[in-house]
Amino acid sequence: MNEFAFGLSLLLPELVVLSGLCVLLLLDLWISPSRRGITHFLALLTLAFAALLTLREFHVPGEVGKAFGGMFLRDAMSDGLKTALYLLTGAVFVYGRGYLAERGLWKGEFYVLVLAALLGMMALTSAGNLLAVYLGLELMALSSYALVAFDRDAPKSSEAAIKYFVLGALASGLMLYGMSMLYGASGSLDLASIRQAALDGSASPELLRLGTVFLIAGIAFKFGAAPFHTWLPDVYQGSPSAITLFVGSLPKVAAFAMAYRLLEGGLSPLLEFWRPILIAIAMLSLSLGNVVALAQSNLKRMLAYSNMLHVGFILIGLSSGTTYGYASAMVYTLFYTVAAAGAFGTIVVLSARGFEAERIEDYRGLARRAPWHAFLMMLLMASLAGFPPLFGFFAKILILKAVIGAELIEVAVFALIFAVVGAFYYLRIVKLMFFDEPAEERIPAPAADPAVRFALSVNALIQLLALFAWGPLLAFSLATFS
Amino acid sequence: MHDWPLLSLLIWLPIVGGFALLALGASRARAARILGLLVAIATLALCVPLFLGFDRADGGMQFLERVPWVPAFGIDYHLGIDGISLVLILLTAITTVLTLIGAWSSVEDRVPVYYAAFLLLEGMMIGVFSALDAALFYVFFEGMLLPMFLIIGMWGGPRRVYASLKFFLYTFLGSVFMLVGLIYLYTQAGSFEIAKFAGLSLGRMEQTLLFFAFLIAFAIKVPMWPVHTWLPDAHVEAPTGGSVILAAIMLKIGGYGFLRFPLPITPDACMEWAWLVVLLSLVAVVYIGFVALAQEDMKKLIAYSSISHMGFVTLGIFLPFALLEQGATDAARLAVHGAMVQMISHGFVSGALFSCVGVLYDRMHSRMIGDYGGVANVMPRFAALFVLFAMANAGLPGTSGFVGEFMVVLAAFQASPWIAAAAALTLILGAAYTLWLVKRVIFGAEANAEVASLKDLQSHELLTLFGFAFFVLLLGVWPAIAVDLMDASVVALLTRLGFGGN
Repeated sequence: MNEFAFGLSLLLPELVVLSGLCVLLLLDLWISPSRRGITHFLALLTLAFAALLTLREFHVPGEVGKAFGGMFLRDAMSDGLKTALYLLTGAVFVYGRGYLAERGLWKGEFYVLVLAALLGMMALTSAGNLLAVYLGLELMALSSYALVAFDRDAPKSSEAAIKYFVLGALASGLMLYGMSMLYGASGSLDLASIRQAALDGSASPELLRLGTVFLIAGIAFKFGAAPFHTWLPDVYQGSPSAITLFVGSLPKVAAFAMAYRLLEGGLSPLLEFWRPILIAIAMLSLSLGNVVALAQSNLKRMLAYSNMLHVGFILIGLSSGTTYGYASAMVYTLFYTVAAAGAFGTIVVLSARGFEAERIEDYRGLARRAPWHAFLMMLLMASLAGFPPLFGFFAKILILKAVIGAELIEVAVFALIFAVVGAFYYLRIVKLMFFDEPAEERIPAPAADPAVRFALSVNALIQLLALFAWGPLLAFSLATFS
Repeated sequence: MHDWPLLSLLIWLPIVGGFALLALGASRARAARILGLLVAIATLALCVPLFLGFDRADGGMQFLERVPWVPAFGIDYHLGIDGISLVLILLTAITTVLTLIGAWSSVEDRVPVYYAAFLLLEGMMIGVFSALDAALFYVFFEGMLLPMFLIIGMWGGPRRVYASLKFFLYTFLGSVFMLVGLIYLYTQAGSFEIAKFAGLSLGRMEQTLLFFAFLIAFAIKVPMWPVHTWLPDAHVEAPTGGSVILAAIMLKIGGYGFLRFPLPITPDACMEWAWLVVLLSLVAVVYIGFVALAQEDMKKLIAYSSISHMGFVTLGIFLPFALLEQGATDAARLAVHGAMVQMISHGFVSGALFSCVGVLYDRMHSRMIGDYGGVANVMPRFAALFVLFAMANAGLPGTSGFVGEFMVVLAAFQASPWIAAAAALTLILGAAYTLWLVKRVIFGAEANAEVASLKDLQSHELLTLFGFAFFVLLLGVWPAIAVDLMDASVVALLTRLGFGGN
């Protein structure tokens, strides 16, 4: 009983999010649409409260709390990633509000579904057991499917949701199949036990390898890495932009956590087996995603393909299988989610008064119409392109250091060459914003909500401020994984 | 004054000033011009204690500053300068002031952003010249690209978008190979300190690969033939100030990079491949000289002449390897000094020539040689200065252009008369394309009514060109002022390469 109570206290942030979403689900029925601000406020409050609880008992590196017999782990990585998740979810709420309200989509369900997905991601970052991984994964995925279909009367949105659902269900099936093999080989669902079984040779290596292949397919699907990326562009483009903002950023954090828990926590003895698979997926993503991104005329679609560039870098970092590799992959994941949230946030904020700022053309001459937003977007694009002294540059050199340290210099050169290709399409946005004259048709000025402006500015300026913060962040990450 | 973090001030004053200008808002043109110029002058003033406090007898790094930046990654905020960096920092500070004076009336659109971009560039270029940490160097090295990209793209000519993207991607592609090399060196040395890189004992294969990584990065920056094609485009489309800074300083970063990275870090590979660099340099000097002869566009002509002159720089830097076997220390010293003097001289001369073209362009909105003729009749003061700079470009004794080329050719004679002969061809070619340019633009009868109605220099233009003229002549008659500053550092570098002491 005591042990159970102790374990439960580790889950306080999750419990807060869970109760918050239940309360919102019911409360929203009694709130008139004109006072939906209350829901918004309560959702933010839930996040703040969860963040407070996470930070109050922040597990420093090396300290591991286990609940439910090791099913739920709480360590520095989970706490760190959860903190990032709260902040990003808060940003999603703040950016999305105006956009959704204008399109008649501002409903309580938005908050409920996002919080449910958040809960799934939190479970994933803390998973110590295959069951917990699957639970978290499905909670996140099911909520995301519903969110993508949020604008249910729009054909594009429904189409995207169906695609996402069918392919997502397939990926879940693959993962489940892989998990069953690991279970069959080792006789346990606990990741630590699986690792032990793989180490001492009591599990059949063939079966473990086969299971690993299926798990990696699932991980690649969640990251949106080639060749499991086909859902990505359609979902990004088809969803309402405020939903793309959510789907396009936060799940990468969860996917990273899942990859780490499975590959390092459960399958690290098979490093030599899964490393080439990850590298192959990464290289395919880098080349395919980058080249296709060059040809896009829709910004959301371009960002979807460019996502594969960044996922390639994250996978390369993971593939080195060292402390340094994991730490650099985590820093890169955080960089990418923050930058992606900023980029999609800008799209959402600029899509005002019934106008959808989706086409790349729409950004023509933005520097004259909205200089501050153009400046922020330039920072984000330059950072995504990996340009010093911005965050993206530091994240990239960490990954490069990890692979070069693992004697994979050709992989580093390959990745960098494609980073230059990536620089081209990111720069094209900067070029349109700064060098071209505004388009003829009247495009409305961005919404002037000060909270949105502030959040977006912070979000983009992080790319610059990382100059001072990435040292401590790296030190934290290294300590986490050592 | 010695306790002040002078180098940090030199780097951050312009950068902070640049951001302050951005905060002014887009419409306050006059305030931006004054504030921008004041910041640039203050930066130049900060160079005075640097110049006076520098110990010329010491070949090591001075004015050291070191603060841990990212201890987990072995990166320090580590600054310091030797004589080689010092002269380039002086060049940067002087040229920026002259450029900003020259831009006083030529840019009317989004003035605060324009001035801010130049100040940001200045800070980062000084950062490049004073960084002793490879990661810090790379951050400044790449960071420069973005302001220059915006300068070309926002205020450039009709094909500015093509030119700015080409400039950016070319340089970016070059530097990523260097980045891999630097990270590899880091994994070997455990720190990003450049001095530690030089202390590593690297195998032949490693040295060769690293050497080529550096070669690609810096050859594009210099630029050397055959990776020079971005330069004419960038120069033609860039606004006057952008061209001046690009030619006067940014190209020098390539030469500086050669002296800082491949020479001390991969000396054996440099020895092995010096013939290649010498060959490419000679191609640049001779072939690009002929290309310059054929240009119709003044800016393009000066751009090609820049490539040709920068060929002397790379030649001078790699000549010591041809002299190593003979142990000709003095000749090697002469070669490196020649390369450095050529860099400084070319900075002033090309900056001045681009300013001159800017003066004409502001009046006529044309850069084509064919649109001009007989400018001397209506703009006598301008013509006098233009001829002076043209003479310096052609290498007339008494101007700075002569000194560097003469030193390099003299050193080349020791290595091989053939190299010297090929290099000396530039004295003919340079004179040919420059004097022909002068003849067609300045002399003769007034070509058309537009030329006849040209007004002579305004006071700020006069100030800029006088400034350049002063330094061109100063360096021409008294090169020792620069050579003395660098000598101890050059000797230290050559000693590391295996030359005996003197």
